[in-house]
Amino acid sequence: MVCLARFARLVIGTGVLLLLISAASPSGAQQVNPTASSVKEQQLLQELNRIQGRVSIPDQRSGVLEQPAGREWREFRNVTLHWIGGIAILGMLAALIIFYLSRGMVRLQSGRSGRTLVRFSSFERFVHWMTATCFIILALSGLNITFGRTLLLPLMGHEAFSEWSQWAKYAHNYLSFPFTIGVVLIFLMWLAGNLPNKVDVAWLKRGGGIVGHDHPPAYRFNAGQKAIYWVVVIGGGLVAATGYELMFPFYLSGIEGMQLAQVVHATAAMLFMAVMLAHIYIGTIGMEGAFEAMGSGTVDVNWAREHHSLWLEEENARTGANDARTQPSAAE
Amino acid sequence: MARMKFLCDADRCIECNACVTACKNEHEVPWGINRRRVVTINDGKPGERSVSMACMHCTDAPCAAVCPVNCIYTTADGVVLHSKDLCIGCGYCFYACPFGAPQYPKVGNFGSRGKMDKCTFCAGGPEADGSKEEYEKYGANRLAEGKLPLCAEMCSTKSLLAGDGEIIAQIYKERVMKRGYGSGAWGWKTAYRETIES
Repeated sequence: MVCLARFARLVIGTGVLLLLISAASPSGAQQVNPTASSVKEQQLLQELNRIQGRVSIPDQRSGVLEQPAGREWREFRNVTLHWIGGIAILGMLAALIIFYLSRGMVRLQSGRSGRTLVRFSSFERFVHWMTATCFIILALSGLNITFGRTLLLPLMGHEAFSEWSQWAKYAHNYLSFPFTIGVVLIFLMWLAGNLPNKVDVAWLKRGGGIVGHDHPPAYRFNAGQKAIYWVVVIGGGLVAATGYELMFPFYLSGIEGMQLAQVVHATAAMLFMAVMLAHIYIGTIGMEGAFEAMGSGTVDVNWAREHHSLWLEEENARTGANDARTQPSAAE
Repeated sequence: MARMKFLCDADRCIECNACVTACKNEHEVPWGINRRRVVTINDGKPGERSVSMACMHCTDAPCAAVCPVNCIYTTADGVVLHSKDLCIGCGYCFYACPFGAPQYPKVGNFGSRGKMDKCTFCAGGPEADGSKEEYEKYGANRLAEGKLPLCAEMCSTKSLLAGDGEIIAQIYKERVMKRGYGSGAWGWKTAYRETIES
């Protein structure tokens, strides 16, 4: 009897033990995924194209886990921007060279009168040249960031190119301030003369007299100069605003905003440079008697008559007598 | 040659932040910079998930592609490193990086971002392996000593794996087979254009 009871106990005990073991170790088919309801990477990326969460370190911006949008920005910075810049700047240079070779300098048809008239005050010229100097340095240092790696790095070598680029970056950052001030002053001091009016329509219809020897009437600024003015104001405003967004990271936006800001900044700057090349051309070798307006501040009366007839009339009317304010030009 | 990669098994990460601390300490990372961080998605809600993230040492690295001075390079081991001597602190790599790895110390006023800093896979920089200059700029070079990144080495749950891509992918696959589930290798598709089928 004792023997039977002992045997029964063993059988029952073994059975219970086997039951316990089988309950404790799940077989493959009955596995439970404790994180089945958790977020999935591909699903999050498809929804927002970025994955964001919480971090316990002080830098809350590092809570963005993943944002593959940098790939599109990379494509813009390495491919698209090179085409935009190349076409805009080289295209404009080519157009200007062809134009110069076919048209040559726009001469003063009636020659110089020997009498001059004040066109830009010393303050206006100061603002112009401050903005222009900053613009040229900003443009070159900006082009260096876009094209330097391809064009200059192989010539200069790593160390020299990095040294130059470092200084170019400092210049780019710090000269943005006088440049912005210049753009604001240009906006304010020349706004009155640059509002579009009916004369501009007629001027544009006659093509500004660019081809041939036509001289459509114009006030102080003709339609072409007004276009330059608005390019400087709007383009300058755009590059300044987006530039400061990039210069002060995370104050205005996260990375995605900075990618967009760089796209706007670089595109606007490339087009801006192309337009400024045309502006530099017409103000120097493109037209006789134009540079002195921003150089000495005075222009020849005949130049004013040919290119800004209505402005000359205004000036004469303002000062009373015909040609009253004009004096013999000082020998230069 | 190995192709070094990181893999965070998100089903195992318990957000202890030991990897973050180990990294900061091992490399004397400057104040305000974290080369590694743990991000918790849906924190405190059902479906919460923590992932440890640093530079993924991408294939065809976007940071290297956009750098205007070409100071970022990939080593024979597939580790993406950079030269702080050549870096001009422009910020382009941090616009391009999908993982928020590049960071800049604030060394001055506006506009003067310092030299970029990021995870080196514990492989230092262009200076001589184990030199004082290398340590000061980039931190320890454990790889040159035959050791793997400290963050992964000391991960308490072995969630974070670092090493040759094929080997860590194999370890992960075996885990997934054994336990029967896995949420995939986070960031791999973005960094390496491949995933681990599980």
